[in-house]
Amino acid sequence: MNSRVSSKDGILAALRANAPAAVALPDVPLFDNSPLEALPQFIATFERMGGKWAGAVADIEAEIRTRFPAAKVICSAVSEVAGTRRVEEVSDPRTLEDVDVGVVRAAFGVAETGSLFLSEAEYRVNALGYLPQHLVVLLDTEDITPNLHRAYQRREFHAARYAVLMSGPSATADIEGVLIRGAQGVRSLTVIAARKP
Amino acid sequence: MNKPIDHVQASRRFIADEDHIRFHDKRLWSMRELRDKQAHGIPEWEELRALASQIKEHTLSHLADYLEEFERNAKANGVIVHWAADAAEHNRIVHEILSARGVDLLVKSKSMLTEECDMRPYLEERGIEVVETDLGERIQQFDNEPPSHIVVPPIHKLARDVAEVFADHIGTDRNNADPHYLAESMRQDTRPSFIRAGAGMTGCNFAVAETGTVTVCTNEGNADLSANVPPLHIASIGIEKLVPRMSDLGVFIRLLSRSALGSPITQYTSHFRRPREGGELHYILVDNGRSARLAMEDFWYSLKCIRCGACMNTCPVYRRSGGLSYGGVYAGPIGAIINPTFDLKKYSALPFASTLNGSCSNVCPVKINIHEQIYKWRQIVAEHGYLSFSKKQAMRFAGKLLGDPKRYRAWIGGAPRLLAKLPRAFIYNPLNAWGKQREMPVAPKQSFREWYAENRKKENDK
Repeated sequence: MNSRVSSKDGILAALRANAPAAVALPDVPLFDNSPLEALPQFIATFERMGGKWAGAVADIEAEIRTRFPAAKVICSAVSEVAGTRRVEEVSDPRTLEDVDVGVVRAAFGVAETGSLFLSEAEYRVNALGYLPQHLVVLLDTEDITPNLHRAYQRREFHAARYAVLMSGPSATADIEGVLIRGAQGVRSLTVIAARKP
Repeated sequence: MNKPIDHVQASRRFIADEDHIRFHDKRLWSMRELRDKQAHGIPEWEELRALASQIKEHTLSHLADYLEEFERNAKANGVIVHWAADAAEHNRIVHEILSARGVDLLVKSKSMLTEECDMRPYLEERGIEVVETDLGERIQQFDNEPPSHIVVPPIHKLARDVAEVFADHIGTDRNNADPHYLAESMRQDTRPSFIRAGAGMTGCNFAVAETGTVTVCTNEGNADLSANVPPLHIASIGIEKLVPRMSDLGVFIRLLSRSALGSPITQYTSHFRRPREGGELHYILVDNGRSARLAMEDFWYSLKCIRCGACMNTCPVYRRSGGLSYGGVYAGPIGAIINPTFDLKKYSALPFASTLNGSCSNVCPVKINIHEQIYKWRQIVAEHGYLSFSKKQAMRFAGKLLGDPKRYRAWIGGAPRLLAKLPRAFIYNPLNAWGKQREMPVAPKQSFREWYAENRKKENDK
C-alpha cells in the first residue's frame, strides 16, 4: 500500500510544482431565456434523438400491450402498470436479462436535450433501464426543466448514487455511419405523458 | 517500438484505396457539418466555449487541490480511490482489484485512457478476458488495431471490412455487409458477457470535485450496462478530467456531443457518485505524463482536451490520411500535439501532418490553440535535429530563396510560366508530394508584384 500513497503524493507534488499561473473560475449563467415552450421543445428533440412520444393515453397498461403485443415479460417499477414482474421482487440485476419491456417513471425531463432524468430512486434496480429489449418511461409534462444548466441545479442530482440523462434508445453509427437503434441497450424508448400520482 | 513514425509512408497505404479514402473524407466532413448546424443553433455557443476554456484553465491551475477535494468526497461516498503514477501502475491496480475478487471476465466501455495504458494485453496475459462492449471498439479489438478515431474507432473501415472481421471472430456470413445485420450479430454475441462478467469498467468524461461524481457519455448504453449489471465497477480517470462544480457539467455536456457528432447530447449521460446497494465502486486516478505536461509552458493547454474529436473531423490531413497513420493512441491534430509529449523522437513527424489552416482551433470546444502548438512543436523538432533529410534540404533551399528578394523575384517571375509549360508527368510523379491526390491550381499569368508595379505606374501617369 505504501507505493500507492507515494504515487498520490508524487502526483500532487508535481502538479503543485508545475501549476501554471492561477486563472479565475467564471460563474456559469443559466442561459434560460429560450423563447421556446418546454413541452414542444422536449418532444421535438426527444424524437430527433430516436425516442417515441406516445403522449397521454387512457389506459397505460393497455397502451403498452398494444405497442408490444409479443412481450412476455413486462417488468414494472411504477404503480400505474402491473406488468408481469415487479421490480421490487428483483434482487439480482442479471435476472432482468429476459425482460421484454421495462417500465419506469422519470423524475423530470429536460427540454433542450430531450432528456429524461432517472436514478436508483426511480429504477430500484438500475439495470432496468438497459437490459430489457424495450423501455417505456412515464413523464409528468408539468415537470420539464428548460435546459441542462437548470437541470444540474436539481436536488435529484445531488441525492442520487447513480443518475442518467437518457435522451433516446441505445444507438450506434460505428459501421459506415449507418444509424442503428438498439446497439447494446434498449431497442426502443417510448415516453407516455402521465401526471405524478 | 521507438522507431520514429513515418506519417507520410503510413498514410500511403490508406490512400492507395480509393473507396476507403472517399468514404472516410465524406463521413468525417458530414460530422463537421452536423456540428456546425448544432453550434449555429445556440446563440450562446461562443460564450459556452469561452466558459469551458476558462473553467478548464482554472481547474488545471489548481489541479492538486481539486483532486484532493474529489478524493475526499468520493471516499465519503463509499468509493475506493486509487492513484496511478503511470500506465504500468494503473494496469497493476486493475489486475489486483480483479484477481483479489476472482474476476476472469471484464466488460468495458470505451476509454482512451485504457488504450493509452495498453491495458487489454496486460490483463489477458494474466488470464482475464476483456470484452470491449462499444461496437466500434469491439471491431478494433477483434482486428487487433488501435482506434483510428477518438469517437468512432473503426471509421477507416467500410462495412465489408467489418463483415470480414466478424466472419473471422463471431462466425457471421462473410458476404453479408449489411450494417444492421453486423450490429445485431455483435449485440447477440456481447450481451451474454454482461451477465457473466465479474466486473465492469468505464472511462470518465468529467469528474466533479464538489460531489466526487464521475460522468460518462455514451450512445450505445454499454457503459450503463457495464457499470450496473456486474457487482463491481472500476472507473479509470485521467487526472485532467476534473471540473470543480456540478454546474460546470451544464457547459461541457452542452458542448461535447454537439462538437463530436453534431447531436444535442449523447443518448446516455451517466453520473456515478456512490456504489449501488451491495456493489463496489473504484476510481483510479491516472497521471501517466499529465503532471509533466502541465509544466510545459506552451503545451499544457492540450490538457484542456475533452476528447470530442472535432479537430479530427475538420482536419484535411486527417481526413485524407486515416487515424492509424499517426502511429499513436491519439490521431489527428490533437494527436500531433499530445503524442510528442510522450516521445518526441518517435512522433517527430506528426506536427508536420498539418497545413496550419487553423480549422482545428476554430472548432475546438475548449479553445485549445491546436495549430499554434503544432507550429511550436515543429520548431522543437527542428531544434532537436529530428527533421527528415528532404525537409531539411527543402527548408535550406526555401530559406535562401525567401531571404534574398532578388532571387525570390527571379524565381516567382519564372515559376507560373514554367509550371504551365511543364509536361504532366513532371508534376504528377512520385517525387513531387504536392502532385499527389490533387490537381495543381492554375498559376496566374502575372505575379501580384508585377500587377502592382504596372497599375501603380498607370495611377502615377494620370
